[in-house]
Amino acid sequence: MRKGVRNWGPPLLLVSPTILILGIFVYGLIAANIQVSTTNRHSLSPQSEFVGLENYLALLSEDRFLHSLFNLVVFTVVFIAGTMLFGFIWAWMLDKGVNAEGMFRSVFLFPMAISFVASGVVWRWLLNSAEGDRASGLNRIFETLGLGFLQNAWWNEPIWGMAAIAMPAIWQLSGYVMALFLAGFRGIPQELREAARMDGASEWKLYRFVVFPQLSPIALSALIIVSHMSLKVFDLIMSVTGSIYQTEVPATYMWVTLTSNDYAKSATIATILLLLASLFIIPYLIQTWRSEKADR
Amino acid sequence: MTITEEAPPIAPPRAETAPRTPKPVHRTRMGRTLKYVLLVIFVFVVLIPVYVLIVTSFKPPADVTASTSWGLPVRWPWQSATPGGPTGFDNWTGAWSALAPSIGRTFLLAIPAALISSFVGAMNGFVLSRWRFPHADIVFTFILFGMFIPYQAIMTPLVQMKTALGLPSDISTLLMVHVIYGLPICTLIFRNYYVSIPMELMEASRMDGAGMLRTFASIVLPLSLPGFVVTIIWQFTNAWNDFLFAMFLSDTGGGPVSLALNNLAQGAQLANYGTAMAGALIASLPTLLVYIILGKYFIGGLMSGSVK
Repeated sequence: MRKGVRNWGPPLLLVSPTILILGIFVYGLIAANIQVSTTNRHSLSPQSEFVGLENYLALLSEDRFLHSLFNLVVFTVVFIAGTMLFGFIWAWMLDKGVNAEGMFRSVFLFPMAISFVASGVVWRWLLNSAEGDRASGLNRIFETLGLGFLQNAWWNEPIWGMAAIAMPAIWQLSGYVMALFLAGFRGIPQELREAARMDGASEWKLYRFVVFPQLSPIALSALIIVSHMSLKVFDLIMSVTGSIYQTEVPATYMWVTLTSNDYAKSATIATILLLLASLFIIPYLIQTWRSEKADR
Repeated sequence: MTITEEAPPIAPPRAETAPRTPKPVHRTRMGRTLKYVLLVIFVFVVLIPVYVLIVTSFKPPADVTASTSWGLPVRWPWQSATPGGPTGFDNWTGAWSALAPSIGRTFLLAIPAALISSFVGAMNGFVLSRWRFPHADIVFTFILFGMFIPYQAIMTPLVQMKTALGLPSDISTLLMVHVIYGLPICTLIFRNYYVSIPMELMEASRMDGAGMLRTFASIVLPLSLPGFVVTIIWQFTNAWNDFLFAMFLSDTGGGPVSLALNNLAQGAQLANYGTAMAGALIASLPTLLVYIILGKYFIGGLMSGSVK
């Protein structure tokens, strides 16, 4: 690196607008958000005073918020399980060599190009809770196939309804996890597999001792990415059910509080979301940073 | 897995460029058949929502009953059950008139948002990889952090700021927001892209004492097309499909198509689902076309923007 302001001045100047803008709109606003969350600004009136962690304590002992957290957990578990399962199976089948692989890949991936708002329209139809003669959507299929006992109220089910909401999310993002896994499969040197086969490893042992260990970093990344998406889920729920109590998650609860001008409460929910997200982001950044260092 | 790896130099993910090594022969013909059968079943399952969207969009409300809800339309879209009554096309014209104004606005939002963030991202990526300064890595991390936060974490003060400054509830505010929050990912994509391509010419020009801006404009920019394709597609798709910022910062009168579609769909009951479904198809068309035509670049952005 050459010394002197003539060398580092211009490039620094070129990124400085970005630094300034992100300084304000990312770091500044996060700080402002935390500040608002420690006040009692529960209405449009600008008068407010510092209340410390009162909002956090109130929220964490509020049934409604705990309900939204429970919903989020159910949604996340089903969403992760589904995307990882389908993503892995698809990648595994395609990796073994398939005619028209590009076609299969495109079909599995295309839902990612569509917005949750658009797909929410059709999923609301598919997850219609009417049963029996009035059944439409998936319940109608069950009815027609003589599998009537499988009919259910989908997201209207009291406790596990959120599992139904995870279905569109799985539909939309399994292809993405497939792309990640496929890149992982293709990244395993062919020699490694050959060598294992030469040594007489069975197909299962090949996977157990060669393929899975090589894939585990990818699986971890996929897990982090999908969890991170799950945490923020908002569009999907708003478009399938709207902001109703039954399917409420922290992100939609925040919408309700902010539109009723309860700034302090909405900022508190947002801070909790940020903290939850950092549980995933920080290990991810550390992992990234470590492997970048190892690459040098 | 590193960020560098995750944003494969440009576009074609490894899945697509990996040399095709000979695959072991399947041990049985049956296993092979089974695999294709399974794959085809999966394809059908994934396409079910598309079937429902298309079929329902061509059914006039009068033809919709629960028992036939999965069937093909009972008549051609231009025909009606009663003379002069509603036809399947009415869903489409209805959806179009409900969405058309917002579609125009969304283009005015998504295209400039994509171009501006990409251009600034290219400059940032250039100085963070090829024209470095002390502590450039720290600055890069500082910028990158912005793409990992849930946007809820800045939404409350952003809404307050919008109210305080009297910013309009339309696409001009959204344009500013999309440009700003698109900067980290565009910077990341360009930085990784510039690292991946050889630039002897640039080094030579630098040695000759050419200035930074001149080197960027005359040597680096002409090489940057693949990077621009990825960032522009990524930003365009994101701005087009965005719903979160649209909900918090705009209204249906001035907002993008996602808001108008949601408005149209929330009113839909079983009877007039047709209009909502036609609307969903119309609203998805631009991003779907981008995906179909420029698929591999789309995937390139996907891989690098993975945490967004």
